[in-house]
Amino acid sequence: MKILTGNDLKSGAVIWWTGRDWSIHVEDAVDVGDKADEIMGREEAARRVNVPYAIDAELDADGKVRPAHIKDRVRALGPTVRPDLTLKPAEPEALNWVI
Amino acid sequence: MYKYDQYDQAMVDARVEEFRDQTRRRLEGTLAEEHFRPLRLQNGLYLQLHAYMLRVAVPYGTLNSAQMHALGDIADKYDRGYGHFTTRQNIQYNWIKLEDAPDILADLAKVEMHAIQTSGNCIRNISSDHYAGAAADELIDPRPYAELLRQWSSFHPEFLALPRKFKIAVIASETDRAAMRLHDIGIRMVKNDAGEIGCAFYVGGGMGRTPMIGPLIRDFVPLDQLITYSEACLRVYNRYGRRDNKYKARIKILVHELGADEYARQVEEEFALLLDQGIEPPLAELERIKAYFADPDFKSGLTEELDRSDPDFALWVDRNTHAHKVPGYVSATISLKPTGGIPGDASADQIRLMAALTREYSFDECRVTHAQNIVLPHVEIGRLHELWSKLEEAGLGTPNLDQIDDIIACPGLDYCSLANARSIPVAQKISERFAANGKAGELGQLKLKISGCINACGHHHAGHIGILGVDRKGKENYQLLLGGCEAEDTSLGKITGPGFDEDGIVDAVEKATDVYLSNREDGERFLDTYRRIGMDPFKEALYG
Repeated sequence: MKILTGNDLKSGAVIWWTGRDWSIHVEDAVDVGDKADEIMGREEAARRVNVPYAIDAELDADGKVRPAHIKDRVRALGPTVRPDLTLKPAEPEALNWVI
Repeated sequence: MYKYDQYDQAMVDARVEEFRDQTRRRLEGTLAEEHFRPLRLQNGLYLQLHAYMLRVAVPYGTLNSAQMHALGDIADKYDRGYGHFTTRQNIQYNWIKLEDAPDILADLAKVEMHAIQTSGNCIRNISSDHYAGAAADELIDPRPYAELLRQWSSFHPEFLALPRKFKIAVIASETDRAAMRLHDIGIRMVKNDAGEIGCAFYVGGGMGRTPMIGPLIRDFVPLDQLITYSEACLRVYNRYGRRDNKYKARIKILVHELGADEYARQVEEEFALLLDQGIEPPLAELERIKAYFADPDFKSGLTEELDRSDPDFALWVDRNTHAHKVPGYVSATISLKPTGGIPGDASADQIRLMAALTREYSFDECRVTHAQNIVLPHVEIGRLHELWSKLEEAGLGTPNLDQIDDIIACPGLDYCSLANARSIPVAQKISERFAANGKAGELGQLKLKISGCINACGHHHAGHIGILGVDRKGKENYQLLLGGCEAEDTSLGKITGPGFDEDGIVDAVEKATDVYLSNREDGERFLDTYRRIGMDPFKEALYG
């Protein structure tokens, strides 16, 4: 599957396209199929995202979206060396999802 | 240290307001990212993995306590309570909001700091010896010349769009503590046979994907021709540097392809033309700058005796202090490498504490080192124990300067959008491994450097042991290098063979150190043993 990601213009936060809006949670990302360019152009013009791009992803055993490349998994969670600064500070096992 | 005059301050203040307007237009939508990107990069604002990242310039690594304190406050007010000191003697903040960036630059300007030319194809922050002005072995203080180069290179209209970025280091000791020959231009202050002081120019060094040791281009440039000769070096590069291929655009490629002799000949030609144009700053300007670097009011007759009854303190003194030019003083290094810590990171509280200690113990001056530590350059020997006690209390008293756990590591894939692999977890695991096995102390000087990609921000080519993180079919993989050195006996590390996974590289480092321990002769560092016995025994231990 193809999902869209980018950064929030104001905060720089990593965001994911949910089909209607942008979310900081990769679990909310949806498959955009062949619509990536169209959505990115529209959303970037509206300043709802900065520097968007499409990436490959898959559904894991629990049916949750998992980016194919480790770089995007690090983006999705946060720095593996600072669990307190990730989106899931109370779930240390979340780091296994990245690696 | 240098104080801004009205021109410096006016330029920096104007730049803040200019960027405030550019940011406003970007947020309003009248400036597209493609147009805004080069503008934000010119102000040190990158977009990294998790957020915007701001890189703040620390000229030749020197800060006063007010500046250091402000850096701590910025970490609290605009970031997530910490900053990262870099291998370029700068500091980076990883969690910056675009809308805050102009205010941060305004806060920096209040303490005579900025983020200008910390990105882009321009002359970057000038780096220098972190013991400059204090070291017992230096010929003269290189900082006034580093400052002169800073002023010359700031907003230099001819050199704001070079083929690629450009880094200059200035040192004044035979001992190289600034990786001088691994810079685009490395300048070493020297004395000629007539007893005059001038500059030896090494041009075309660098790390990155094509590491090279800068060859000597000219062995003596009179001090009053420093800027003119530098301009000539830059002009030849600006004219003929490769703009068609980003990966061949650094000056090292030009010097290599032309040959050092031919490059030097072209520089001499340009130099002769420039000498007639009188571009060298007037002597009065150099004298004005020099006055800011006059020695502080050192006391005389201080004790050099030390109570070594506390073994932890004695160890810290032995490892983390350096000889000073004035009896009764030393330079003390604050390690930002606690066991299992993140190399170069310091919390806002730690940064402010270091600011306070700078004021209290070091004539209001501290330095950022390229090894991601902090130096208090002028500390009375008689007050070392008091200083160490305060550092210990704050987790800043690790006695490991130049030991295997004093690891240089770039931010790697945990933060950097260019990285292929994480550097920090590898550094943490190695640090923890050698703390647990008790071998760290036994190894003596061993410089270990880790980069998360081929761009080599972690200086892996120059590590006695170097580690390069690569992407191998979507998995992090780590190559091991041996034999690099950034000091005056500069050398580039060689890859041992196939790479390792994250745990495997930690084992591999331990095996390499075991080979050293089994083979070393009296007084030999790891690097010396490697140079004597060569790669084969290490390969045998690593790959069987």
